[in-house]
Amino acid sequence: MADMSSATRLHPLRADRQSGRTVSVTPAGDATRISLRARPDAVAKLSRLLGLSLPTRPKSTAVAKDGRAALWLGPDEWLLIDAPDSDVAAVLARADVLHSAVDVSHRNVGIIVSGEGADRTISGGCPQDLSLAAFPVGAASRTVLGKIEVIVWRTGEDSFRIECWRSFSEYAYSFLQESAKDCGI
Amino acid sequence: MSSSLSSGSNRIAGKGRLTPAKTVRFTFDGQNLTGLEGDTLASALLANGIHLVGRSFKYHRPRGILSAGSEEPNALVDIERDKARRQPNVRATVQEIYDGLKAKSQNRWPSLTFDVGSVNDLFSPMLPAGFYYKTFMWPKFAWKSIYEPKIRAAAGLGVVPGEADTDRYANRFAHCDLLVVGGGAAGLAAALGAAETGAKVILCDEQPEMGGALRYESGVTIDGLDAYAWAEATAARLRNMSNVTVLSRTTAFGYYAQNFVGLVERISDHLSRPAADMPRERLWQVRARKVVLATGAIERHMVFANNDRPGIMLASAARLFLNHHGVAVGRKVGVYTANDSAYAAAIDLKRAGIDIPVIVDTRDNPASPVVEEARALGIEVLAGHAVFSAGGKRRVSSIQVKPNKGGGNERRITVDALIMSAGWTPSVHLFSQSRGKVAWDAANERFLPGDHAQDCVSVGACNGTDDLQATLDEALSAVAASGTRLAASGGSGWVGGMVGSAPGAGADTTVKAFVDFQNDVTAKDVRLAVREGMHSIEHVKRFTTNGMATDQGKTSNMHGLAIAAEALGKPIPAVGLTTFRAPFTPVTFGSIVNNARHGLFDPTRRTPIHAWHAAQGAPFEDVGQWKRAWYYPQAGEDMHAAINRECVAVRNHAGIFDASTLGKIEVVGPDAAKFLELLYTNPWEKLGVGRCRYGIMLREDGFIYDDGVVGRLAEDRFHVTTTTGGAPRVMHHMEDYLQTEFPHLDVWLTSTTEQWAVIAVQGPKARQIIAPLVEGIDLSNEAMPHMSVREGRICGVPTRLFRMSFTGEAGYEINVPADYGQAVWEAVHAAGKPLGLTPYGTEAMHILRAEKGYIIVGQDTDGTVTPHDAGLSWAIGKNKTDYVGIRGLLRRDLVAPGRKQLVGLRTKNPRTVLEEGAQIVANPNQPVPMTMIGHVTSSYWSENCGRSIALALVVDGTKRMGETLYVPMPDGVIEVEVTGTVFFDEKGERLNG
Repeated sequence: MADMSSATRLHPLRADRQSGRTVSVTPAGDATRISLRARPDAVAKLSRLLGLSLPTRPKSTAVAKDGRAALWLGPDEWLLIDAPDSDVAAVLARADVLHSAVDVSHRNVGIIVSGEGADRTISGGCPQDLSLAAFPVGAASRTVLGKIEVIVWRTGEDSFRIECWRSFSEYAYSFLQESAKDCGI
Repeated sequence: MSSSLSSGSNRIAGKGRLTPAKTVRFTFDGQNLTGLEGDTLASALLANGIHLVGRSFKYHRPRGILSAGSEEPNALVDIERDKARRQPNVRATVQEIYDGLKAKSQNRWPSLTFDVGSVNDLFSPMLPAGFYYKTFMWPKFAWKSIYEPKIRAAAGLGVVPGEADTDRYANRFAHCDLLVVGGGAAGLAAALGAAETGAKVILCDEQPEMGGALRYESGVTIDGLDAYAWAEATAARLRNMSNVTVLSRTTAFGYYAQNFVGLVERISDHLSRPAADMPRERLWQVRARKVVLATGAIERHMVFANNDRPGIMLASAARLFLNHHGVAVGRKVGVYTANDSAYAAAIDLKRAGIDIPVIVDTRDNPASPVVEEARALGIEVLAGHAVFSAGGKRRVSSIQVKPNKGGGNERRITVDALIMSAGWTPSVHLFSQSRGKVAWDAANERFLPGDHAQDCVSVGACNGTDDLQATLDEALSAVAASGTRLAASGGSGWVGGMVGSAPGAGADTTVKAFVDFQNDVTAKDVRLAVREGMHSIEHVKRFTTNGMATDQGKTSNMHGLAIAAEALGKPIPAVGLTTFRAPFTPVTFGSIVNNARHGLFDPTRRTPIHAWHAAQGAPFEDVGQWKRAWYYPQAGEDMHAAINRECVAVRNHAGIFDASTLGKIEVVGPDAAKFLELLYTNPWEKLGVGRCRYGIMLREDGFIYDDGVVGRLAEDRFHVTTTTGGAPRVMHHMEDYLQTEFPHLDVWLTSTTEQWAVIAVQGPKARQIIAPLVEGIDLSNEAMPHMSVREGRICGVPTRLFRMSFTGEAGYEINVPADYGQAVWEAVHAAGKPLGLTPYGTEAMHILRAEKGYIIVGQDTDGTVTPHDAGLSWAIGKNKTDYVGIRGLLRRDLVAPGRKQLVGLRTKNPRTVLEEGAQIVANPNQPVPMTMIGHVTSSYWSENCGRSIALALVVDGTKRMGETLYVPMPDGVIEVEVTGTVFFDEKGERLNG
């Protein structure tokens, strides 16, 4: 009889690489992630259930007190990011309004880019305007980094969270490391 | 020989801005030389009295330094840091010297001073423009075998490096309110004016320092400061402003749509020892609200006989070498001009103690303060005269001067350098790239920016504004500067100029008066092109190659155009201007490619179980961007042995396979089943929860687009699988139809390909192996039959467990959240190993499915195969009234007889394995070309069948069961028998085992 609790998580990235002079690029910890889809008439009810106000404008996010975050990705699409032990899936399962909630916790990998020059590091591969005026703290957007699709979320003036699909995380991680080197110069 | 510490015998004490103590050692063609920090290679060579720096492209004529900027057509050299970091065709006028720089001349053999290729110059009457279009026409075969290879070997400039570039290149996207291109007086004023309003400004200039023409002007002040000091102070001030980015050594090379401008910043080309992780260049991709073009103007040379001799250069270049680098280009410098600005250069040289024997001016009555000033300094001015020819070969030694109109006495004047100016060509390259239309300024014979197509404005010399004060005012008003005012004094007006050939190089002559130095095009060649019938400037350009070298004719376009217009008897604007294209100056491949090298060339996608496969020594097969384990060789096994073992093990015991790359889409919503009804040929409404079905997806035209197994997890939730390669396009296909055709449906699609690691366990012992690891799912045949799906736990983690098969064996596909993939794989492998569980790779998977006749979309189908053709009619819902492709399937040609259908092939000799792609014929005795009736789509050795097996698409294949067909191959014809597509367990009993 095999040990039933033996399956352990294996993160695709290792936090053992050097970053730039002023910028650090590190893998984010595990998280619960839900791809949430719903029409405008369901937003109020879903917001109440989730304990945050689902954003309805492009590039915006909402973060609840406990850290649960909702990133606007499209007119009917949000990415929810929460603690690894979050009950958000169960909460949504109880919602009696029309919506789609799909667990993508393992589909995505998070990478934290922080320090002076974090914006320039991402600008090495992302064509969005990341100035504070155009992309203030709290802004989030599905965009590109080099040759892949990513979500960029500005969590502070000098800190960003990048989310990408798991098999692209090695590319994103290496790309950001490479770009970070250029930003200390 | 000068002392090794001297920075050159032509360095004039007290002149220029370089520091005499800061010497830099470099080599040119192996000769050790010394220059000063801040020298370009050109200024350093001239300081050392070296004018001859290369041989020309076609005639191998000795060439010197024409200019002091990026327009340089002649002084192209090879710069080598090491074997991998060597660059040909570097303009000596742009390359800054650094300690240890190694420069070599090009296009000469065995040496620069004695070059065998220069015989081309003697044979030049036989090598006119367009000679290769005519000379090498006959005999036809010789073009490919003789002429082209020979011409290719003889042509071309410079030698490409033989090793991969080891430098790093960076990329940066940037956004700004205002991009200012050019850091001369106009650009600095615009940047300053805008910056003071708080705008976000990027200012770039291709030179190491800002200043533009102010670097060589003398006697000019701005805001009471010496103009260059003002430029330095302004640049420093801008650098200190947080809303301004000042980029020197940065060329704006391309102006694209919506104010998107490409810049290349040269970061380390001027450094002796660049830091290890310093990029060589950085590409800036700038999106600007507004662009100010302050790109200045480029001086033109005079077109006269032997105007290409080393030592003959642009007057402004000589002035820059003197006033900035402190270098005199000669000791006895003649001047040839049609324009005032050359006088300023002559005056500066004269005041620096250089002999100016003569100023030859083609104008009859040049009248301007600089003319008087030159005369007052005792310089002889020969107005209404022309230089008919230059003497000297490797360096100009004399000029022959005659009155313009002919007649009169010819004088031969000894010189060791000649500076010239035919006037100034506004740099409208970027403006033109922005799709702006140029307008002809007839009074000054120049093209100026006309209608703008984008939000950009041209200021200063590039806009035809010659006066310095007017330039500053124009720049400030262009950016709506509020408080900033700048007052200038001094400066020589750029009055005068000519385009076309100078006297003595007219239509009645055959002299070599060069228009385009880099491509060796003379005035005579342009006229020949017109005589040959080229009446459009675009044709003249291509016939002569005028302006087609890497300098893009910065100095030659206007002359070429004027000569063609004269020959055609048309005004210049009627002949037209050729199109300016990016890049403005050559751009390295490295900067364009930048980060996309090595590991970042393209994403490499690895499955969550990749590390395990790699540890087993499995080779990987590339499937799109994915790496998939191909097979798992054991000690002493070759590929075939390993694959045979894996195939047999799956059927006799069990195999474990990483299927994580399969595309997965979660379809959620009350209309999910309705949506799938529309996207697939199969019926879905009645599929029970917990059951699976193999689905086929068509395009509108009725051809197979993708296939896969779909499981129903709940009334409103389906788990769709797609082929590995099809995952992204199937998602887009579905989303496209949902948004455009079926927006009334309440359903959403989410890609879950990467949420799940998929572990296929296939074979008679599959259930026995996984049973001990599974919780909460009854695995019995009755509770969980073939084609069903259950949710539960395996190894303590959540799973979606599918009972399905792509091998024909009873089997499972275990889906677990990706991060658990490897741990679960290891647990299953450990549990199964004692029972003979064997890892198998993609190759064995391909064979096992072919033994069962399961198709692979894209291998056994090619976008012209319907479900009927593929033998999958059973997968079409007979009672369905609508789905994508339903009308396509009724097209006359899709229901007509004679279509190719998927069949099996058995070779008469069971050991012969057909080649995939091989053509099939009914009668091998036909003469070639035979009538081909089909081709092999899949072919393998099947250890389980003990023979070769193949699938093929054959015309009317299903009617040919038992027929013998033929596969003609280079070493003989192979006989095959047409069979069904199932080679193993025809009844399919093993699925339910």
